[in-house]
Amino acid sequence: MLMDLFKFKGGVKPPSNKLQSNHLPIAQAPMPSRLVMPLHQSIGGTPRPIVAAGDHVLKGQMIGEADGWISAAVHAPTSGTVVEVAMHVRPHPSGLDSLCVVIEPDGKDEWIARTPIDHNAAAPADVFHHLQQCGIVGLGGAGFPAHGKLTPTKGVPMDELIINGAECEPFITCDDLLMRERADEVVRGIAVFRDLLQPKKVLIGIEDNKPEAIAAMRAAVDALNEPFSVVAVPTLYPAGGAKQLIRVLTGKEVPGSMRSTADMGVQVFNVGTAYSAWRAIAHGEPLISRILTVTGNVHAPRNYEVLIGTPMGELLALAQPHPDTDGILMGGPMMGFLIPNPQVPVVKTTNCLIAHDDRLFPPKAPEMPCIRCGACARACPHELQPFEMYWFSRAKNFGKTQEYNIFDCIECGCCSYVCPSRIPLVQYFRFAKSEIWAREREKNASDQAKARFEFKQLREEREKADKAEKLAKAAAAQAAKKAAEAAAAAAESGADAAVATAAPEMDAKRAAIEAAMARAKAQREAVQPKNTEHLAPDQQKAADEIEARRVAAHLIEDRVSSEKATAAPTAQLDPKS
Amino acid sequence: MDILLAIAIMALGAVVLGALLGFASIKFKVEGDPLVEKVEAILPQTQCGQCGFPGCKPYAEAIVNGEEINKCPPGGSEGVQRLADLLGREVKPLDAEEKPKQIAIIDENTCIGCTLCIQSCPVDAIVGAAKQMHTIIAQQCTGCELCLPPCPVECIHMAVIPETIDNWKWKYPVVAMQVVAADKAAAIKEAA
Repeated sequence: MLMDLFKFKGGVKPPSNKLQSNHLPIAQAPMPSRLVMPLHQSIGGTPRPIVAAGDHVLKGQMIGEADGWISAAVHAPTSGTVVEVAMHVRPHPSGLDSLCVVIEPDGKDEWIARTPIDHNAAAPADVFHHLQQCGIVGLGGAGFPAHGKLTPTKGVPMDELIINGAECEPFITCDDLLMRERADEVVRGIAVFRDLLQPKKVLIGIEDNKPEAIAAMRAAVDALNEPFSVVAVPTLYPAGGAKQLIRVLTGKEVPGSMRSTADMGVQVFNVGTAYSAWRAIAHGEPLISRILTVTGNVHAPRNYEVLIGTPMGELLALAQPHPDTDGILMGGPMMGFLIPNPQVPVVKTTNCLIAHDDRLFPPKAPEMPCIRCGACARACPHELQPFEMYWFSRAKNFGKTQEYNIFDCIECGCCSYVCPSRIPLVQYFRFAKSEIWAREREKNASDQAKARFEFKQLREEREKADKAEKLAKAAAAQAAKKAAEAAAAAAESGADAAVATAAPEMDAKRAAIEAAMARAKAQREAVQPKNTEHLAPDQQKAADEIEARRVAAHLIEDRVSSEKATAAPTAQLDPKS
Repeated sequence: MDILLAIAIMALGAVVLGALLGFASIKFKVEGDPLVEKVEAILPQTQCGQCGFPGCKPYAEAIVNGEEINKCPPGGSEGVQRLADLLGREVKPLDAEEKPKQIAIIDENTCIGCTLCIQSCPVDAIVGAAKQMHTIIAQQCTGCELCLPPCPVECIHMAVIPETIDNWKWKYPVVAMQVVAADKAAAIKEAA
């Protein structure tokens, strides 16, 4: 089929190194000794563990439940026993630990009951839920939950559904082999996506260095009588980047600020995602295995179907690495990273393992000063200016890096690849990006702290005002009451009415004070000593002594002489002053 | 006659422009000091009082009125740098040692529920009630340490926030040092 293709700017042509691993069919990797399933394997919320140490799990049983809409479940890759739910290292450039479920296989490989879904009969929401429950995520690299991409943006007609079989990174051949061997199921998966998204056309983009895959996909499309176009795109790294593939196939340019390409009526899925979505829909199989290339400095490079959670070291051993292998690279040589140790498990987004050695990847010569040659800007597929971003990242002038659109950088590595001064440009950009994110987080936190502090101050002020108001009210009420009493007392005693009217306030106050004092006195005198009837002589003596001291201190009137003895209760009633 | 006209024109111009300026100064009056707000935006809002002022805003006001800019330990030397850039002042070393970011943690077995720490927390990051166990909302804690002194049973301690995958950052690319053999180094030295 003939169609006009477009070009994206820049790009590089590194040695493809794909021939080593693409001549052998996909092999089934043997059951590993143990499986480590990191719970966080996709973009979005970290699934919550729903199993505990000691539980017996079946193959395909859910062990991590999706947390939120953008999140996908995680499943046991085989039957066995949960050894622990603990922190283990997961493939991430930081080499830090995250929560994993460790499963010891029982060797039976016993499936849980699988429930396929008829996507034609079911409501789209049910299909999305099924895909989420099956843990289907984008297998191209980013690992975005697939169901999150299957809803067209409201008001924007879906023009093109693009299936990404470009596989532009050197060394990697897993998508190539998948399309050669399982084209039929890939196409069926694409048909499901098509039914959900209702695009005007479906384009399958495959780099022209994979003629067998193109032929197999065309045959499958014809056999299933689907109106999909299988398009051979020129081999140029990074043609497999979503934005680049959109550009090549449709001529549309994705604006940097656009969060989802669905907003412009295009959606892109990897071929692997289509395949695993079909397995989930037609067979009810969750995403527990994937195809993965093992290559690099090994005797027998080839593709394996691997259970997620398999330790990478065990996989590499299958391909018989040469003795001078000094590390494992996950992903391709352009965007991959060295994993910290061979125990790191395969995750859903692991597409390739490369045995690293100094012959294949010679140590980088030391960084030299930037000579502003502009080679990086010519190579950048996003038409950015890496040399400018480099200057500002290096100077930690992050505001400027954002002015140069550092967040449009897809970290493809073209600039570092062409740099004659061997500057690790992408590392500078990653540093700048994570620093900007960290600052954003700090800014949010400090804004929140400020708001909370201001609210606390406001609250304290309000409480103080409330309290003062209450006190004032109480005092006023008390004064009014006393005034009323005093007035009553004055009226009763028939005091001089003229004086009372002349200075009613003063008089009322004085009268109130006098009345209060009289009341207090009466009360004091009314109190009779208690428990003084049957006192032992020594107790009586002690009480008398205390009473004498009180009299001496003029605390009470001399009652001892007139009455018998006074004991503790009176003392308590009498104020000390 | 001409000169009178000229004076009249100039006078009229002066009156019109004066009226315009007067109107503008009322119409576009800026409430508050915008510089204080800018300074405050740089301060970390821990409200810890380690600068000697009761909160970040009073310190921001003091800075604008000539106070030193190196008195905010949570802001770190980077904060001093940013303040210096904003105000055109000289960068000074921080007036205290720089600490990594911390949060307070209450030992809930020892807590007696006295509510003293709740009252001292400037950002309401502690939950609890009288005679009930208290706990700190980690996300809201600014690490100001103001809750440490009031605690009668010393059940609060500060802990450095651990590095996780979520807060991990790419490091600044470090240029690898070249190992030069001793004889080669000597030759370079001689040549120099």
